[in-house]
Amino acid sequence: MVTGCNQQPVVKDPVEEVVLKIGGSGPLTGSAASYGTSVKQGAQLAVDELNNNGGVAGMKFELLFEDDAADPAMAVNAYARLVDQGMNVSMGTVTSGAGMAMTEEVKKDGFLMLTPSASQKEITRYPNSFRVCFTDPDQGTYAADFIKTNDLATKVAILYDKSSDYSTGIRDAFVAQASVVGLDVVEEQAFTDQSKTDFSVQIQAVEQSGADLLFLPIYYEEAAMILKQSTNLDVVYFGVDGMDGVIGQMGSEYAALTEGVMLLTPFAADSKDEKTVHFVESYVEQFESTPDQFAADAYDVVYTIAAAVEKAGVTSPEDEDFNAKLIAAMTQIEVEGVTGTMTWSEEGEPAKSATAVVIKDGKYVAFEKKVS
Amino acid sequence: MSLAASLMNGLNLGAIYGLIALGYTMVYGIAKMLNFAHGDIIMTGALTIVISVHRFGVSPWLSILLSIGVCVSLGVLIEKIAYKPLRKASSLSVLITAIGVSFLLQNTAQLLFGSSLRSFPKAFQVPSYIIGGFELKGDRLLTILITAMLMVGLVWIVYRSKIGLAMRAVAQDRDTAELMGIDANRVISITFAIGSALAAVAGLFYGIAYGFIGPYSGSMPGIKAFTAAVLGGIGSVPGAIVGGVLLGLIESLAKTYLSSELSDAIVFAVLIGILLLKPTGLMGQEIREKV
Repeated sequence: MVTGCNQQPVVKDPVEEVVLKIGGSGPLTGSAASYGTSVKQGAQLAVDELNNNGGVAGMKFELLFEDDAADPAMAVNAYARLVDQGMNVSMGTVTSGAGMAMTEEVKKDGFLMLTPSASQKEITRYPNSFRVCFTDPDQGTYAADFIKTNDLATKVAILYDKSSDYSTGIRDAFVAQASVVGLDVVEEQAFTDQSKTDFSVQIQAVEQSGADLLFLPIYYEEAAMILKQSTNLDVVYFGVDGMDGVIGQMGSEYAALTEGVMLLTPFAADSKDEKTVHFVESYVEQFESTPDQFAADAYDVVYTIAAAVEKAGVTSPEDEDFNAKLIAAMTQIEVEGVTGTMTWSEEGEPAKSATAVVIKDGKYVAFEKKVS
Repeated sequence: MSLAASLMNGLNLGAIYGLIALGYTMVYGIAKMLNFAHGDIIMTGALTIVISVHRFGVSPWLSILLSIGVCVSLGVLIEKIAYKPLRKASSLSVLITAIGVSFLLQNTAQLLFGSSLRSFPKAFQVPSYIIGGFELKGDRLLTILITAMLMVGLVWIVYRSKIGLAMRAVAQDRDTAELMGIDANRVISITFAIGSALAAVAGLFYGIAYGFIGPYSGSMPGIKAFTAAVLGGIGSVPGAIVGGVLLGLIESLAKTYLSSELSDAIVFAVLIGILLLKPTGLMGQEIREKV
């Protein structure tokens, strides 16, 4: 148990303030660039807000963010650059594939790592690593539950990326949970990294299966291609966090094709929750776009680190056992974030509830069950 | 998926491969080199359309002409700068240069326009027709028709026109052709120009069929089209189209009836099989080396 009793008074240089540097990397270029950009902006917004309110425990926050193009080798390099720049706390990587190798380094260096969005289960396998988003298996399980509970479909088809751990992880959990809750998976189609331009065969198979919902546990770039190539398909498209970004990818010309697409997310930008309203307004003002869940996850990461700092009673990154104290504090805090109210388990997983949003007129709105 | 729809998709894919393969096969036939940057010309053509329509508001028809213009200039320029100085060098050096040019084009496109996929303009959407319960996709039909027309035109150029005569002469024996007063460099330039124009058209059809274009979109179709050219018999104009269509059909049928993940493996297995039986490709000519 870490308490704030034994604080050592920090002698502050009157000019130089104590700065806590949060370092993270994510794709700012490449086929997942939307995720990284959102995370960087969401985190920056939270850092600015905290600093404008006088900082946390006498410290100002600073965000260091590097591009890793969602590539494992680049993520390790980005991590090394962050350490060189004096990073104190890590927000890991945005994507799972890039993060796996890098988590080894973080563990060696003993940093607290709190990733906004790397959802692969093993990312948090070390005691110093935590996450804000759901794990891949959880997303699959929750998606099946959600579809069943809200009676969205009885016959479900799946189209997933067999060459991606993320996609197969969600698909496996979804199929398992579907059989538990009694959803009928009538068709399963896959593609690979090498064959993701022409989806006509898979789409035809889905059409002939008579499914009324197509589950797409894939990234937005492929999802957008599928939406464009399947204009005749009469199904509900249901995605998970990777689907976020699909509105921007489709562009204004094809915005109509995203109408009615649903995705599982703990964050809805149109929520009336006071915190969320404030977050969305500030974000829109600063970045001229509506925040997606990646931005929201990152925003929550910064506020969670702030909460852990306060709980641990540290006042400077130079404090003894700074990161060890923060790590211990992680399982004791409760954070009311824009992605829900969260507590963390020893395993690094957040406990919060899942909901879904549906795209209406080019915007995400909270899903409300139709009363028939 | 019905057999008819699968065949239609295969023909469409095959037509695109065929158009690209024509560029490979003509350049190989005349300059005796494998221009591995050819696939990236398709990407350049399609990106030209996207950028000119979306960023500069150019009309769709004009953007097609612009795209052909850009591709032709680029193809000729690449030949002048990168390949011409190597005319007397070993074929291995030229091959490596071509791979280098391919990377150069991909990375330049990424630097200029970013690495994410861009949505192809909606203006090129072709309506579909439903005839007797079967959906006839307009864009598929258009691709196949125009490819057939281009193929006929190309055969006419190669076998009936004066420049075609010069091309065939250079292909057979460059030194002798030059002795007869043919400017081999000019013929090679024209060959690159024609190949690049066809690549621009292929880029247009690719964009229409799949909806998105990125800096690496040209590499896979490029490799498949090269395969198609080899399958049909590299150096043979009808062979490129036959190889392309065959490859497209095998790929589509394999995806439909065998496995959508293994389709590429099946395509290349067929290639290996055919080359074992007929090393010069389906329509390739056996050339005896003079001693």
